[in-house]
Amino acid sequence: MRRLLLLIPVLLGVSVFVFTLTRLAGDPAAAYITEHMSPDAIVAIRERFHLNEPVYIQYFYWLQGMLGGDWGYSQTAHLPVTEAIAEYFPATFELTFISIIIAVVVGIALGTISAVRRDTPVDHATRVMALSGVSLPVFWLGLMLQYIFYSQLGWLPADNRGDLILIINQGGITEYTGFRLIDSLLTGNPTLFGDALIHLIMPAVTLSFGTIAIITRIMRSSMLEVMNLDYVKTARSKGMPERLVIRKHARRNALIPTTTVIGLSFGGLLSGAVLTESIFNWPGLGRWSASATLNNDWAAILGFTLLAAIIYVLVNLIVDVMYAYLDPRVRLE
Amino acid sequence: MATEPSTIKKTGFLGDSINLVKKSLRPRLREFRFSMYLMRKSALAFVGLIIVLIMVFIAIFAPLLAPPAPNADPMQIPRDYQLPKPPGVENHLFGTGQLGADIYYGIVWGARTSMEISLFVVATATIIGLVLGAVSGFYGGAVDEALMRITDVFLSIPSLILAMAVAAVLTRSLENIMLALTIVWWPPYARLIRGQVLSVRESTYVEAARAMGAKKSRILFRHIVPNSLAPVVVNMTMDFGVVVLVAAGLSYIGFGAPAGTAEWGKMVSDGQEWFLSTTTYDGQQYSPWWVVTFPGLMIFLFVMGFNLLGDGLRDILDPRLRR
Repeated sequence: MRRLLLLIPVLLGVSVFVFTLTRLAGDPAAAYITEHMSPDAIVAIRERFHLNEPVYIQYFYWLQGMLGGDWGYSQTAHLPVTEAIAEYFPATFELTFISIIIAVVVGIALGTISAVRRDTPVDHATRVMALSGVSLPVFWLGLMLQYIFYSQLGWLPADNRGDLILIINQGGITEYTGFRLIDSLLTGNPTLFGDALIHLIMPAVTLSFGTIAIITRIMRSSMLEVMNLDYVKTARSKGMPERLVIRKHARRNALIPTTTVIGLSFGGLLSGAVLTESIFNWPGLGRWSASATLNNDWAAILGFTLLAAIIYVLVNLIVDVMYAYLDPRVRLE
Repeated sequence: MATEPSTIKKTGFLGDSINLVKKSLRPRLREFRFSMYLMRKSALAFVGLIIVLIMVFIAIFAPLLAPPAPNADPMQIPRDYQLPKPPGVENHLFGTGQLGADIYYGIVWGARTSMEISLFVVATATIIGLVLGAVSGFYGGAVDEALMRITDVFLSIPSLILAMAVAAVLTRSLENIMLALTIVWWPPYARLIRGQVLSVRESTYVEAARAMGAKKSRILFRHIVPNSLAPVVVNMTMDFGVVVLVAAGLSYIGFGAPAGTAEWGKMVSDGQEWFLSTTTYDGQQYSPWWVVTFPGLMIFLFVMGFNLLGDGLRDILDPRLRR
């Protein structure tokens, strides 16, 4: 609870910072003024948005609006910012969720193998792969995958969440949750489920690549640390099969620091989503924010940046709490 | 740099005899040689060093490797306004891209652009972070508290998103991308250096300097800061690559350089229009894979080189792992 309260000043700081940025950018009334307006109407707009007040008063009006759920109107989405977020969030969440799963499964497996076969060619190969994972430009990886699997092999669709024509022909998807994989199943249409799945593969793999690298490296180093501890030696010396020693004794405990990194890499995933969604034309928060930022859609920029900060900070908090839960040594202190 | 005996350095600093200076440099030289020896032993770090040196070479000798047309802006890639041509024809080593821009030229001059972005962002962020972090860690109190809360704010927004928000306010140019990235990049440095200063502050040699009556600023900048630098150097090395990666991402989305600039991220986004379609040259049909592949590969190599080097340096500069 104390930790939760500590977040408030940080988020307030973020809001002050982002607010200052948007005010530096120019007259906020410009967004609402069109060529056909009379001077009176313009004055009325300035009055309505409190633009004649000093900046710090404007900030408090703005903050009041934010807390009351009025996040402004996004010109790029043609929706109020809160509705735009609700509209785009499921697509981003589905993509991020699947790629986190890919990253966790692959990263933990590679990290374990790398630690168990330390200093063998397998280990070196994994190390090079992990380093190239953080060095690859996300947008380039996405484009290369598109070239190979769409343009050359024709195995996977190029972009978007689903084939629109197919969806219409199949009678559409009822939106229960906003997650295509779940909705198509609930609609009871396996064809659409398959369609949603093949559309997800490339973006999810692209997005997960950097995270795989980070998880692999931390998993390797924490495995190496754990494998020298007494309880692992004990397990070995009592004649337990090596496979079980690694799976039950070493890996479980090595997972604890890895959890932290999984949480931390969430911020990276949000950033990655901006690029990945732009390449794959994925109708989520990332693509929206990229086009909003390019089109000076200030309400959207403010909203998205704040949302990113809130998500990031909350995820880190959850990770800290989970850490205490997973590690009895921390819990008991 | 890591385990520098500060007493010797002190004599060198005070004494005006050249001999003393030489003497004080000798252990440093020995340590440097030893570092180079360790570097050669670690294969991956060495590969990183080679890649980095090649990139530096390309950046410096760009005017010789790809001479620009007289009176032309060298940062603009020369175009022939025809369809993309495959690699190897008509003196286009890597082919041509959007509006017939020569990929080889863009790649060579792009190395210079990347180097400039990295140098500016990393150097500025380090200097700001170094001063603020050192002062904050050394003096503590209200200044420290205020500064750390400010860095909290910056660190709570993912870096690409923060850079996007800052870049949105500024006009679209490469210089403004550098500015946006600098604003994003200094807080981690301030944090890192503060942490280092806090631990070095308690060492016995700092206590000794204090006991001898050295001024606070002297203790901070001659004793504490130099001994806090090893992890900063590792971080800087890796950031040289990461900065280029994020800058290329921003450039790809559409901030930064105008179309046709010799910047790798921009070249990828300029090329992607052609990437999934086809072009004809000499009556033959091609799918122009080269327009995106080469500039992207350069970004990858650049970032990878600095990452390998930084990863190796971490082990080499750490006094505990060193011997």
